[in-house]
Amino acid sequence: MDNSLRISHEKELNLEATELRLGLPGSDEPEKRSVVRSNKRSSPEASEELECMSKGNMNSNGSDVTSDHDQDNVVPPAKAQVVGWPPIRSYRKNNLQQKKGEEGEGSGMYVKVSMAGAPYLRKIDLKVYKSYPELLKTLGNMFKCTFGEYSEREGYNGSEYAPTYEDKDGDWMLVGDVPWNMFVSSCKRLRIMKGSEAKGLGCL
Amino acid sequence: MNYFPDEVIEHIFDYVVSHRDRNALSLVCKSWYRIERFTRQRVFIGNCYSITPERLIQRFPGLKSLTLKGKPHFADFSLVPYDWGGFLCPWIEALAKSRVGLEELRLKRMVVSDESLELLSRSFTHFKSLVLVSCEGFTTDGLAAIAANCRFLRELDLQENEVEDHKGQWLSCFPDSCTSLVSLNFACLKGEVSLGALERLVARSPNLKSLKLNRSVPLDALQRIMMRAPQLADLGIGSFVHDPDSEAYIRLKNTILKCKSITSLSGFLEVAPHCLAAIYPICPNLTSLNLSYAAGIQGSELIKLIRHCGKLQRLWIMDCIGDKGLGVVAMTCKDLQELRVFPSAPYGNPAAVTEKGLVAISMGCPKLHSLLYFCHQMTNAALITVAKNCPNFIRFRLCILEALKPDPDTLEPLDEGFGAIVQSCRRLRRLSLSGQLTDQVFLYIGMYAEQLEMLSIAFAGESDKGMLYVLNGCKKLRKLEIRDCPFGNMALLTDVGKYETMRSLWMSSCEVTVGACKLLAKKMPRLNVEIFNENEQEDCSLEDGQRVEKMYLYRTLAGKRKDAPEYVWTL
Repeated sequence: MDNSLRISHEKELNLEATELRLGLPGSDEPEKRSVVRSNKRSSPEASEELECMSKGNMNSNGSDVTSDHDQDNVVPPAKAQVVGWPPIRSYRKNNLQQKKGEEGEGSGMYVKVSMAGAPYLRKIDLKVYKSYPELLKTLGNMFKCTFGEYSEREGYNGSEYAPTYEDKDGDWMLVGDVPWNMFVSSCKRLRIMKGSEAKGLGCL
Repeated sequence: MNYFPDEVIEHIFDYVVSHRDRNALSLVCKSWYRIERFTRQRVFIGNCYSITPERLIQRFPGLKSLTLKGKPHFADFSLVPYDWGGFLCPWIEALAKSRVGLEELRLKRMVVSDESLELLSRSFTHFKSLVLVSCEGFTTDGLAAIAANCRFLRELDLQENEVEDHKGQWLSCFPDSCTSLVSLNFACLKGEVSLGALERLVARSPNLKSLKLNRSVPLDALQRIMMRAPQLADLGIGSFVHDPDSEAYIRLKNTILKCKSITSLSGFLEVAPHCLAAIYPICPNLTSLNLSYAAGIQGSELIKLIRHCGKLQRLWIMDCIGDKGLGVVAMTCKDLQELRVFPSAPYGNPAAVTEKGLVAISMGCPKLHSLLYFCHQMTNAALITVAKNCPNFIRFRLCILEALKPDPDTLEPLDEGFGAIVQSCRRLRRLSLSGQLTDQVFLYIGMYAEQLEMLSIAFAGESDKGMLYVLNGCKKLRKLEIRDCPFGNMALLTDVGKYETMRSLWMSSCEVTVGACKLLAKKMPRLNVEIFNENEQEDCSLEDGQRVEKMYLYRTLAGKRKDAPEYVWTL
């Protein structure tokens, strides 16, 4: 949603060419390739860009530091656009996705937790917790914040912070609205928002 | 030229079995061609559009076993649009009309309808064996027809097919008189089967050696089945979930102890890890273990299991085994010949395998000749070590999950690593590349990979030179498939005669243009040059300068095919 809009805007400005990234060279290439190829007509610009991309693989200076979460921010959108990569039979892919939904016991469900203003993200294993109160207690300890009382009507109104999460559809949801198991299976990442930001999420 | 009567030559030809050898025989002289074609029973057709069924039947009237492959390999990865082709129907219709006594049919990547299965089941009284791999288009109704009508069925083997479940009782359609089953594999079916019918079927099939169940068959049914079939050699377990304290589980453990002939194990489509201890007793006998669909087994459980499997020759697992786990494999499975490590999530598992695991395997398993390895990273140094340790590779398929990733230690492309592989493994027949690669790797491949028959390339190379090195150097090349590489018209057109020595060429998201494909098609009338025009817009006039998104060309004696969908242009 927000992310993809931002990405396409950046493309128009060609910010990527001048962007300083902490990522291995070539990690963004697949996305560029598939975007270029959606042009029906082969234009000189397109083939030049391709040449630059291929040469770019060779000449770019690899950076020494690849911070984990920066790579993750850069890579997933690119990967999502490459059809047929990695080369796994669709039958196998479909089977795996099915299973991920069902099993997951013992596999650990690590999700990132970010907080506005915090210098770095944390990761927690959702499988370790059995209920919302447990989770919120841990989050509160980790980030030294409080969440206040949850109510269906008001959300976490009245507290300084509110826990939110991104679900499978990419939407940002308030933690606590759905049954715990449903939350665990649909939560992709957590974000602790300031109460004022979260007001919009709470009141519906 | 013939010093012997035909009968003697026929008798000698009986000993010549492989397709290549039989093909060679038929080229010696007219008389041998004639004798060979009347005695030929097994035919392999790698591309169903390379010849018409009528011509096949005309040449080999004694045909008993037919293998057909349909869609190009990249169809596995959703690169070939729906309804491209590969239909079984015309083949069955032609065979049914003829006097061919078909007994065995093996299909890969074909579109199989219920009608063709029904026709098949009714047309050949001695039909014995049906093997479908990665096919689609049929439902359990088609399977019911096979079960009901093929009175002497020995083998029904369904591998990784997309089958629509119609909730009928296809398994119950095997008549009581059917006692000939040797192999039954329905692991890929999603629906339930009648457990009673299954148990009765197993009970009346004394020759049953291979049985692969689907997820719907629970552990207690498995136990009853195994009781009735202690002679099983190859078992695919569906569901393996039970309370370890339950009666059912204890009975299972005892039954397993009696199944000493099981040498091949697979499945565990649904599994509770604490149940695995039940199979430890048969592990020492296993030569083949396929846990690539057992998502419920974690790394530590896998490792514990593998410690018992000292005789393994073939191992298919998921990358949750980790580098450490591969180290255990290397220590335990000294006879390992084939290893496949699949990603447990489409973009890999952070705790998964790297070059370290592969190096460990190469050090511990010198007999390794077939590899499919999905990993997060690979280094040149590791590949060079692997090449030195395992010079016997026949198949080497490496997939670094992140496209274009270089050697993480040196940040260089992986040319030297793959170069070492082709230089060391003189018997290499199949190779899949990944990671960051320049034209250099293709120079090495052209120079050293003399036996190479199939090459898969993605996101690699810098210029036409890369593709040309391969086309010029690999004399035995049969299948070349390329995606997202900067190879263009010059590479495509430099040696057009080459393509008649190959089965097929696939190029997608490369630099070839419509004009070049048209030119190629004109020069080589015995090639079908297909381009896929998937744009939904109506301005479908193909201008010569336009880049081709997907091109698939193959040699053929059948001419332009008549069943191509609208978006396929055969030039």
